[in-house]
Amino acid sequence: MSGIRLPIELAAASFVAFAAILVLPHVLELFALINATVYVSLAVLALSLALVWGFGGILCFGQAAFFGLGGYSYAVAAINFGDTTYAVPVAIGVPALVAAALGYVMFYGRISDVYMGAITLTLTLILFNFVNSTAGDQWRVGAAPLGGFNGIPSTPPLNLPGDPGNPLPPEWIFAIAVVSLLICYILAKLILRARFGRVIVAIRENERRAELLGYDVRAYKLGIFVIGGAMAGLSGLLFANCVFVSPTMFSLFYSGQIIIWVMVGGLGTLVGPVIGAILLNLLTTWAGTLPEINPSLILGAILVLAVLVMPRGMLPSLATMLGRFRVAGGVT
Amino acid sequence: MDIVFAVGLQVLSGVATLLITSLGLAIIFGMMRVINLAHGEFLMLGAYAAILSARAGLNIWIAMLVVAPLVVGGIGLVIERLIIRRLYGRMVDTMLATWGLSLALIGAVTMIFGNTVAGFSAPLGSFAIGSFTASAYALFLIAAAIVLFGGIWALLRFTPAGLIARGTMQNAEMASALGVSPDRVYAVTFAAGSAVSGLAGALIAPFSGVVPTMGAAFIAKSFITVITGGAAMLAGTFSASGLLGTVATLGTFATTPVFGEVMMLVVAIVLLRLLPQGITGRFFRRSL
Repeated sequence: MSGIRLPIELAAASFVAFAAILVLPHVLELFALINATVYVSLAVLALSLALVWGFGGILCFGQAAFFGLGGYSYAVAAINFGDTTYAVPVAIGVPALVAAALGYVMFYGRISDVYMGAITLTLTLILFNFVNSTAGDQWRVGAAPLGGFNGIPSTPPLNLPGDPGNPLPPEWIFAIAVVSLLICYILAKLILRARFGRVIVAIRENERRAELLGYDVRAYKLGIFVIGGAMAGLSGLLFANCVFVSPTMFSLFYSGQIIIWVMVGGLGTLVGPVIGAILLNLLTTWAGTLPEINPSLILGAILVLAVLVMPRGMLPSLATMLGRFRVAGGVT
Repeated sequence: MDIVFAVGLQVLSGVATLLITSLGLAIIFGMMRVINLAHGEFLMLGAYAAILSARAGLNIWIAMLVVAPLVVGGIGLVIERLIIRRLYGRMVDTMLATWGLSLALIGAVTMIFGNTVAGFSAPLGSFAIGSFTASAYALFLIAAAIVLFGGIWALLRFTPAGLIARGTMQNAEMASALGVSPDRVYAVTFAAGSAVSGLAGALIAPFSGVVPTMGAAFIAKSFITVITGGAAMLAGTFSASGLLGTVATLGTFATTPVFGEVMMLVVAIVLLRLLPQGITGRFFRRSL
């Protein structure tokens, strides 16, 4: 990686983001704009798993757990405070704390790959089952009823800090979502450039060797896992702002989809999963309008084909196809 | 006294259900180190095979005990050829591919049969324990679990085919040097595991209802049972489903079905923290 590439990539990403903010609200109708906001929020989620799995090498089947926790803690905090200013740090902090606790159990317990998959999947299921069963008046946190299967339909939209009377319009929410995605991307880039990120990648490549070189593998893995959890929480917050929170956020369907986005987009890249999330969501929405074809069939077939035909994902495969001049280092 | 029997029967049938629905996954994982995340959909296909052939006028017992395993075993054979065979030794890729397969199967079945619940009632009536009534089907389920488990154990332990299968499991290269074709052993194993899943799907259909998405309720529980069990597939699955099934059923009695399940999952997490290689990583190590 040459010194000039990082600033160019960051500038390009910022350009795309600001172009989207300036152009899309004028081009799209309101419904399409809200849909676009959903896709951007899910792209943040894809980015979080791209960090944890693609660079940290931790296959987490439960990224949806942090996504759902972020959404729920945002909704509960916003309803209780009556102002979303402090709900934002809560929505990022709670998933990060849960990720820290879970990560501590897994990494300091030296639990291996498959078992880690089982545990993260289990946590997601526990949350899904629990939240699903919280219908009725006895299940409320402060002023916020959890609502069981129906979720919290009255999730308040973001307002400007300290000004709870004025919820932001959808155009603002869209802009905030895009800027959040950009910030997360830049953060991820900087993390990977820093010493911390290099050690993370070294651990992914060869855990035993990194350990013998004196790095505390457990602490590094815990670190990237917590960052991923916080990012997924932010994504849940954004998602809650354009839809509303419901137990489906914790469902297997979401945890599965996130993995598909990252896998199809390109494991070990950052842009790939973001593009993968947006493209596959467009595809699912489009497939949902076809009466005779079930979207699950398409998604499933794509995943099977992706694993069989291009196990490295769309972006790296494209890069190899387009020319051999960018071999070493690859696209990140 | 009656309540002890009634609860005892519930616990046993809970354990039996967990054991039956996990065995197919356990066989495939234990023998081939392949985690089949489409396992839940194999159960679903078994249930559909049984219900469709029963509706076509076949005797319900034949539909459940013969047609379902044959159909799903056949499907398993095809899937092994098309997908699994290309991914041997790549555990995570296999997991992802079978997950995709699971989504695709749900989608395909929804397109063909619609997203409605079909079902048939448990074929045996009920009987009384003192002042409680229990379903006779629960007894049948327990018996079926014992026969199925015993049958697989005996097959692996006493027959030449079982010996070849165990040998390939322990050291595929050595088995290959001795004239066994590991590819064929794997294909047969995958088909057999699928057939067991299909049978399990037909057996649970009377009380779970038959919908395209029914597999999701079982895949996670079976997955966790098999993983908690650890490397020795039969002893592991047996002990894990005994433990987790008991916890889930007693938890259900004490609170609600949801919290029964939550308790079971929490126990599984704690257990994996204490025994990172599963139950048989520490106990019963030398068993099958």
